Amino acid sequence: MSSDGRVSTERLRQLRQTAIRLRRHVVESVHHAGAGHLGGPMSAAEILTALYFEVMNVDPNHPDDPDRDRFILSKGHCSIGLYAALALRGYFPEDELKTFDAIDSRLQGHPDMAVLPGLDMSTGSLGQGLSPGIGMALAARLQNKDYHTWVLIGDGDSQEGQIWEAAFVAARYDLDNLTCILDWNGLQQYGWATAAGYASDDRLPPQENPAARWQSFGWHTVEIDGHDPQQIVSACVEARGFDGKPVLIIARTTKGKGISYMEGDYSWHSRPVTDDDLSVARQELAAQEEAL
Amino acid sequence: MANLTVTDELVAQRDVFGNTLVELIDDEPRTYVLDADLANSTKADIVSKQRPEHFLEMGIAEQNMMGVAAGMACCGLIPWLSSFAVFLVNRDLDQLRVVVAQPNLNVKIGSAYTGLLTGKTGKTHQEVSDIAIMRSIPNITVLAPADGVETRQAMLAANEWDGPVYLRLTRDPHPTIFASAEGSDTPAVNAFEIGKAYVVREGDDVTIMATGVQTVRALQAADLLATAGVSAHVLHVPSLKPIDSAAIIDAAQKTGRVVTTEDHSIIGGLGGAVAEILGENAPTPMARVGIQDTFGESAPNDELLEKYGLTPEHIAAAARRLIG
Repeated sequence: MSSDGRVSTERLRQLRQTAIRLRRHVVESVHHAGAGHLGGPMSAAEILTALYFEVMNVDPNHPDDPDRDRFILSKGHCSIGLYAALALRGYFPEDELKTFDAIDSRLQGHPDMAVLPGLDMSTGSLGQGLSPGIGMALAARLQNKDYHTWVLIGDGDSQEGQIWEAAFVAARYDLDNLTCILDWNGLQQYGWATAAGYASDDRLPPQENPAARWQSFGWHTVEIDGHDPQQIVSACVEARGFDGKPVLIIARTTKGKGISYMEGDYSWHSRPVTDDDLSVARQELAAQEEAL
Repeated sequence: MANLTVTDELVAQRDVFGNTLVELIDDEPRTYVLDADLANSTKADIVSKQRPEHFLEMGIAEQNMMGVAAGMACCGLIPWLSSFAVFLVNRDLDQLRVVVAQPNLNVKIGSAYTGLLTGKTGKTHQEVSDIAIMRSIPNITVLAPADGVETRQAMLAANEWDGPVYLRLTRDPHPTIFASAEGSDTPAVNAFEIGKAYVVREGDDVTIMATGVQTVRALQAADLLATAGVSAHVLHVPSLKPIDSAAIIDAAQKTGRVVTTEDHSIIGGLGGAVAEILGENAPTPMARVGIQDTFGESAPNDELLEKYGLTPEHIAAAARRLIG
């Protein structure tokens, strides 16, 4: 990667391929577990891939390195996406993804740092991820460490008031070693009806104009296509180097991205994957990989 | 340390809290204080003035503060939270549950203004359920020291303890019962240990078990009973979780009658904990002297204690009823 975050064509192809493999793990794991969240992990696939494979200073062999970058998945229900990224990166065997949601598994329905090395925070109750990120960024400053803290939030996630408590405090402390990435996928579990009411499957987006809101809280914002690995990496490089303010990367994404029948359909927030669903998903992902 | 007496030395636990935080920072520089805009009430403001680089104002936003503390604890720091109990217990309870208790992170909760005696602020500011709530959450250590001396001891122990600690403090000056001389070798100064209860008065006829500053009024009740020829055994239980079941069973079996007392609801606090332990191990006739499943109100301390049944006279009367 160059200093402005440009990555080679071959590296971009690898990142796209990794994101496709991440999506395959998500749909296979949820199929195997019987149920689980799908739309959110799919929208975050390129973000998680770019962070773990290109952006963050982490080493799967030393998950407790005090100087490592930190990552918090505030939208903790997308855990299977994070687990797939960690497995692909080498934190644990990909085969362990089959234990997702099983008794005694380290891969709990929501990320549990008490049982799985490599998780920097336990999450699952929405709105809570940015605050520990502030604590980690403050700890870096207080201990003269250079690591960067990354927090991935959702647009539904940030309906919780705590996100805005945190947004205020992070700006008050000028935490430029903290970056928040908004997976702006435009849907939540059930959502807000349009004028057509709930007889329609159309929904209003969870958040409107996040740039203006976050800027008014004192953040620098960067808006990107959240499915373009180059744009994600470039925005993260800009965020890491930005001085004086915390940075919000607004990643425009599609919920359920990559699987045609899931895209833009709120009902795929969380539901069982049938054998037929799995078969179609595998075919579509294989075609995408082939086309790279 | 049996047979302590109530001295004339009045000390506010919050003053000890602020001063001891400075001591902790000097002893262990990884210690930091996070405040939710109440430092000049909780006396964490002493840190803000004397060790400003270890004081982080978080504003009136307790949910975020709890999460920030969790993040700091993950990175090897020891954050102490400063706010009123009503907010630290209730406002950020889900944050405490998910990002502190479940991962068992090293966060210390300095819970000021517990119980009814909160300076004429009324029911919104009177936390009378905190022991019940905190001790039902896994991984949390719950401490309620009796006076200024023990407050300092409890804080020293809490800072050494690896895991979340809830420290229950009272606002106003209360009499000192433990030896206060710095450097003293008396057990009263040096014996504090998380998980231990202490006999503070030897007696034979009835056992009074108390926690927090209510132990002062338990000793005063024992004095009242003594003048009436009743010998009260007093067990001070500053560690509500882990709790000293063996000491509680011993003290109950010594007299065969137990009065519990606390500036807290009779549901789920010391009285509840003792009933659970004795019910399973050594069933004993009991009376619980505490707040009777009601909210408080704003009033002077002595009138609150009288109306809500927490005076030494109330404790003594409960003991006499048990003796029959």
